Amino acid sequence: MNYEEKLIELAHKNENILILTAENRASIRNLPKVISNKFIDTGICEQTLVGISAGLALRGKVPIVHAIAAFLTMRAFEFIRTDIGYPNLNVKLVGNFAGFLSEGNGPTHQAIEDISLMRTIPNINIFCPADIDDLIKGLSTVINYNRPFYIRYNDLQPIVEHEEFALGKAEVFGDGNEIGIFVYGTLFNEAYNAKEILESEGYSVRLINLRTLKPIDEYEIINTINSCKTIVSIEDHYRIGGLYSIITEIIVKEKLIADFLPINLQNKFFKPTKFKNILTHEGFAANNLVNKIKEYLYKKEKKIDVEWSNVK
Amino acid sequence: MDNKKLKEIKETSKNVREHIISISNKGGAFIGSALSCSDLIVFLYKNFLNVNKDNYQSKNRDYFFLSKGHAVPALYGILVELGMLEKERLNNHLQTNDFIYWHPNTKIPGVDFHSGSLGHSLSIAVGVAIDLKLEGNKNKVVVLMGDGELNEGSIWESLLIANAYKLDNMIIIIDRNQIQANLYTEELIPLNPLNLKFESFGCSVKQIDGHNFLDMHETLKEFPFEKNRPSVMIADTIRGKGISSIENKINKWFVENNDFELIEYFNELNISHEYEFEMSN
Repeated sequence: MNYEEKLIELAHKNENILILTAENRASIRNLPKVISNKFIDTGICEQTLVGISAGLALRGKVPIVHAIAAFLTMRAFEFIRTDIGYPNLNVKLVGNFAGFLSEGNGPTHQAIEDISLMRTIPNINIFCPADIDDLIKGLSTVINYNRPFYIRYNDLQPIVEHEEFALGKAEVFGDGNEIGIFVYGTLFNEAYNAKEILESEGYSVRLINLRTLKPIDEYEIINTINSCKTIVSIEDHYRIGGLYSIITEIIVKEKLIADFLPINLQNKFFKPTKFKNILTHEGFAANNLVNKIKEYLYKKEKKIDVEWSNVK
Repeated sequence: MDNKKLKEIKETSKNVREHIISISNKGGAFIGSALSCSDLIVFLYKNFLNVNKDNYQSKNRDYFFLSKGHAVPALYGILVELGMLEKERLNNHLQTNDFIYWHPNTKIPGVDFHSGSLGHSLSIAVGVAIDLKLEGNKNKVVVLMGDGELNEGSIWESLLIANAYKLDNMIIIIDRNQIQANLYTEELIPLNPLNLKFESFGCSVKQIDGHNFLDMHETLKEFPFEKNRPSVMIADTIRGKGISSIENKINKWFVENNDFELIEYFNELNISHEYEFEMSN
């Protein structure tokens, strides 16, 4: 089942669902033909699209709003904050081509601060599916939950079958206690492959697919920090305000101690090219991730050696 | 509209003006902005909108969006007159134990949506108007905007869509007092010819005297002005209408009064009101 088919199924079950877009039909190209009476295209105007969705939600509708993630979360930011977040309206904001998925479009289209922006708004929740299977599994819960949501859309092909979705609950792969890897969305597959490689080399690894970043699975994060010697966060997002920030906030709040390797974008735009090439060029392909993690572990060991020699 | 109705509206209008200025000594308010559109708001609630104490929470009612949020004292005033808001709550202006502040919010019974950030309400109104059409509901949507607010680009985006969706169930009322926060609109970012701008966006436009109830009556009874088009009513108004020391004064955007000035204002309102009654009787 693909995204469109799932949306049609949900729209048939819930008569209040409306599908909206600011002429970004990439993920919903076939919908107008099937449910034209539930489809609204406002043209290229993200802020007004969000305002209109607030009006529809005010009448009891459940608008599912599609736009390019960079423009939805930034251009329409104040409308989301003021007209969706503040009144806590049941609108689902679906951001397309987020993170590295903007591919060759360049910095104008790079949504690499979207998590930071959306999680700062009261009442807005965030769903970041790992791939199309994860998206389909989470969609009905997210849509039927009577709260606003930002969905960081992707339709990557799954390399694993995901477990059933529960709001605010992470999906855990393995129970290793050396390396705990946190990931969400676009980079899940690379992180999963990195885990496989590390394990084949004898490391003990667990992988946490966080699925919803708000609400966040604090329990699983704390559990992993307490169980694993080293933790790693992986995201195609700025270091500031994303998953790294979320985890460090929990570490400080809970007074935890962690050896923490964040892998993300340090306040820079990324090289526009095809997704696969971005991963390699920016160092986020599975092999790159493995190398970064091993390098970190090596330095960590070195540091311990140096400290010992000082003591002696 | 018969004389009895007109008299009732004028009486309400005077009361609403009193409510507006009554909060100006409680931390100040944007009463110049409220006074310019208070006649419009009074007329809308008394003789146009299907909204009252009994149905304001129902989905089957008309909708009113005050986009120029600073004018909220006028909305408080009419909601008091309609019995939705207790008059005593106006004494809580800017107090932390209530929600009576410088912009509307939905904690006030009868307020359909909050406002304050300019250029938002029209898009929300378009959403409501589209939904009413989808449901075959005949209710209407009114948006009241300031002329200065027309600087916001989101207004013109919303008009494009209102035209595309043939929203003849909505009317946009422009409080055309010619002054925005600090400057005259035509000196800062000229809007004229304003009627042609709206017409070129597919709207059907009428211009009225925004302090003349008969003019409002004659114009609004023709709503929708044209089938399949959004209606726009440009109402020429005076900022601070009714209080001569505020009227059209460029520096009287935000007004905070002492008790002495307040009494002067009340006196002036009473005198002009009695005069008006003599003229109309």
